[in-house]
Amino acid sequence: MSNRKIGEVILDLRNISLAFGGVKALTDISFDVREHEIRAIIGPNGAGKSSMLNVISGVYTPQQGEIIYRGEHHTHTDPHAMAAHGVARTFQSLALFKGMSLLDNIMTGRTLKMRTNILQQAFWKGPAEREEIMHREFCERIIDFLQIQPYRKTPVGRLPYGLQKRVDLGRALAMEPSLLLLDEPMAGMNVEEKQDMSRFVLDVNDEFGTTIVLIEHDMGVVMDISDRVVVLDYGKKIGDGTPDNVRSNQDVINAYLGVAH
Amino acid sequence: MLYRENGQFKTRYGDDQQIFPILQDRWLVMALIAFAFIGVPMLASEYMFRAILIPFVILSLAALGLNLLVGYCGQISLGSGAFMAVGAYIAYNAYTRVPGMPVVGAFLIGGGAALLVGIVFGIPSLRIRGLYLAVATLAAQFFCDWVFARVAWFTNYSASGSVSVPTLTVAGVSLDTPQSKYLFCLTIVTVMALAAKNIVRGHVGRSWMAIRDMDVAATVIGIRPVTAKLSAFAVSSFVIGVAGAMWAFVHLGSWEPLAFDVNRSLNLLFMIIIGGMGSIMGSFFGAAFIVVLPILLNQVPAWLGVPISTAMASHLEFMIFGALIVFFLIVEPHGLARLWSIGKEKLRLWPFPH
Amino acid sequence: MGFFLEVVLGGLMAGVLYSLVALGFVLIFKASGVFNFAQGAMVLFAALAMARLAEWLPELLGFESLLLANLLAFVLAALIMVVVAQGIERLVLRPLVNQEGVTLLMATLGVTYFLDGFGQTIWGSDVYKIDLGLSKDPLLVLGDLFEGGILLNRDDIAAALIAVALVVVLAIFFQKSATGRALLAVADDHQASQSIGIPLNRIWVIVWAVAGFTALVAGMVWGSKLGVQFSLAILALKALPVVIVGGFTSVPGAIIGGLLIGLGEKLAEVYLGPIIGGGLENWFAYGLALAVLLVRPQGLFGERIIDRV
Repeated sequence: MSNRKIGEVILDLRNISLAFGGVKALTDISFDVREHEIRAIIGPNGAGKSSMLNVISGVYTPQQGEIIYRGEHHTHTDPHAMAAHGVARTFQSLALFKGMSLLDNIMTGRTLKMRTNILQQAFWKGPAEREEIMHREFCERIIDFLQIQPYRKTPVGRLPYGLQKRVDLGRALAMEPSLLLLDEPMAGMNVEEKQDMSRFVLDVNDEFGTTIVLIEHDMGVVMDISDRVVVLDYGKKIGDGTPDNVRSNQDVINAYLGVAH
Repeated sequence: MLYRENGQFKTRYGDDQQIFPILQDRWLVMALIAFAFIGVPMLASEYMFRAILIPFVILSLAALGLNLLVGYCGQISLGSGAFMAVGAYIAYNAYTRVPGMPVVGAFLIGGGAALLVGIVFGIPSLRIRGLYLAVATLAAQFFCDWVFARVAWFTNYSASGSVSVPTLTVAGVSLDTPQSKYLFCLTIVTVMALAAKNIVRGHVGRSWMAIRDMDVAATVIGIRPVTAKLSAFAVSSFVIGVAGAMWAFVHLGSWEPLAFDVNRSLNLLFMIIIGGMGSIMGSFFGAAFIVVLPILLNQVPAWLGVPISTAMASHLEFMIFGALIVFFLIVEPHGLARLWSIGKEKLRLWPFPH
Repeated sequence: MGFFLEVVLGGLMAGVLYSLVALGFVLIFKASGVFNFAQGAMVLFAALAMARLAEWLPELLGFESLLLANLLAFVLAALIMVVVAQGIERLVLRPLVNQEGVTLLMATLGVTYFLDGFGQTIWGSDVYKIDLGLSKDPLLVLGDLFEGGILLNRDDIAAALIAVALVVVLAIFFQKSATGRALLAVADDHQASQSIGIPLNRIWVIVWAVAGFTALVAGMVWGSKLGVQFSLAILALKALPVVIVGGFTSVPGAIIGGLLIGLGEKLAEVYLGPIIGGGLENWFAYGLALAVLLVRPQGLFGERIIDRV
């Protein structure tokens, strides 16, 4: 649960429908996210959770519905605009830049904040170098936070999966987001790694006040760390509320949680 | 044992971010540069300058330019010859039509024109990639071939279709000896290589590599594919354009459009495949390889007492090129540059086995 | 009007030749997703083989019949091409099987250079003839409708007939034979076909063999019309736009794309050339391909390319 005081609605999704050709990924989905809260999206595979994140981050444009972020309409937008407005995300299938080192991957998260032009970069001495060092300091703090210091110069392709997941998170954090979308951050992790990652997520929310939306399959994690939960099934919303509410919702139990025998 | 970072602790980020953070590397590079600028002019013969050194220096720059686009930004280009042509012909027109135009000024204008053409021909990369982009760049290549052959303005209405420049004068010094030509080219190439390395280690270079590695993730971080790709085309074409102007003015002296046809494009591509894509140093390795190989092929059989005809040598050259391309792609896609870093890694342990 | 028809027919005939080369591309791409830049070099190699064998065999075996020489040369060249195609598939493509398209493209570029040099080393580098025994007198048809009649080359007619025959044979092969159907399955979905027991490697071996054979037919036709010279390797550069326009995965697309480009080239050269300046032929195909790429990247008949995140 978030230690922060939960604020006003920061993201409002109204009647979102998304289809690919004939396949309906999302049908008439509405829910909101409040500032500083940790909101989980759960549901069986194929329910449309990743598509939902893609819609929020601007990768997909919904055929119907509205996205209102911080009071502004962002329905017809692109990923760059959402990034510029402080929305960052991680990926289910780890979209790291395999050809670069860990440090460089995290530094790419600072791109929007780097202002020097190509000519200044070509010359290097002066503004370009100063800017590079300044952002390097920021990224090093993230690296400290995620405890991945020894690997900063290693090409990310060579790191074990758990560490790669941390780099993905680090890159998103480097953007100093106000809204952080996490797509199955704990997939493929063992119990200890999940505890570490849960701790990181809670710390991010605690220290920086970042609003977090996360997709997660581990019910234990979801119940432990989230303030509110949205449940999707076959592209439709079948539950919305606190973890306890959702846990006892019969539709959710039938579709996803199963009954205790 | 010799090659170790023991005791080399960096206390400031600025030190860590240097181009050659390891002391031994820096000494080696300094020594190489000193040798290149001072030693070589004293030792090399005129033949070596004309046949090996000057082509190597200029083509390294062209390969470097292509590497920025293909190796760092991941955009395939089979039309680099066309950009060299633009650089050469526009530089030529600037030099001959504008009275008092300095040589370097003409080069920069040629590069600038290539930059603009590069941006135009980079536009398809915003919608297509891979194979399809390769086709688009071939279209650019053939179109430019045609333009420079047909539109007489570019060749100053020369009857034969070929153009030439007289002996160049730079800052009052006449470039009439091989040494002077070599040093002139080497200076330009060193400056531009340094600038390229700086760009590549900063945020522009990182956004190029991000687009290359995973462009969807790059957009989500806030990198605009349009900006990244077109800037890559722009910088790459500028460098290739300047290299083209240098190739025409300094190495060839007189030339016709065929000098920059699709064979030249493929030649440059092979240089970066063999040398190492995504590596500035690799561009130099690749250029050296491709410049030296035909000469070896011509000389070695004679040394071994088995003379072969020039036609046969040319066939052998093709066969060896082709086989090497395939070999490198299979065995070491990062080319000679990777072999070099692996070698250095081993050197850190030497003389111990592990 | 008669002249216009001649230009049209000439363009279509040239287009047939392009289609023949493009067919090889499409076959390989359909089955393995690899764009075989070396197809042009394979055409050249095949043509060289056939031309020289047709020369050498009568001397070696001591007979005179042109027909027999051509037949034997064709069969032998076909065998050689199958071996060459296998070699490419085994030595170059298989080690690179999971790489991206661009790497494979560059690998086939390497193969092109290699085949170019190798072919000229073995078969020689002069210009050779493939003589199919057709008279060189052109046919004059439709003399009643149009004044003077329309000039048709017998070579071109033969080429068109051979192309049609090849397409028919391929169509029958794909539709009727078990191997052919397996090929279509592989083209559709590698993993699904593997899961029903289709041996992927064997299929690729067959596909490359067929592509080698197609290269021979194309080489024979081109060589008979133009003479076998190394510029045949530039064919790949001509056939590439055909595949872009027609669609990488479509056999009818290769045919129609070829005809369109052949026609367009000729028309542009004859009617636009005097206005803009000659040599339009050299880049018309690529200009058209570029336009198609920007408007409809999958070509006229290709499958839509969808990128999933």
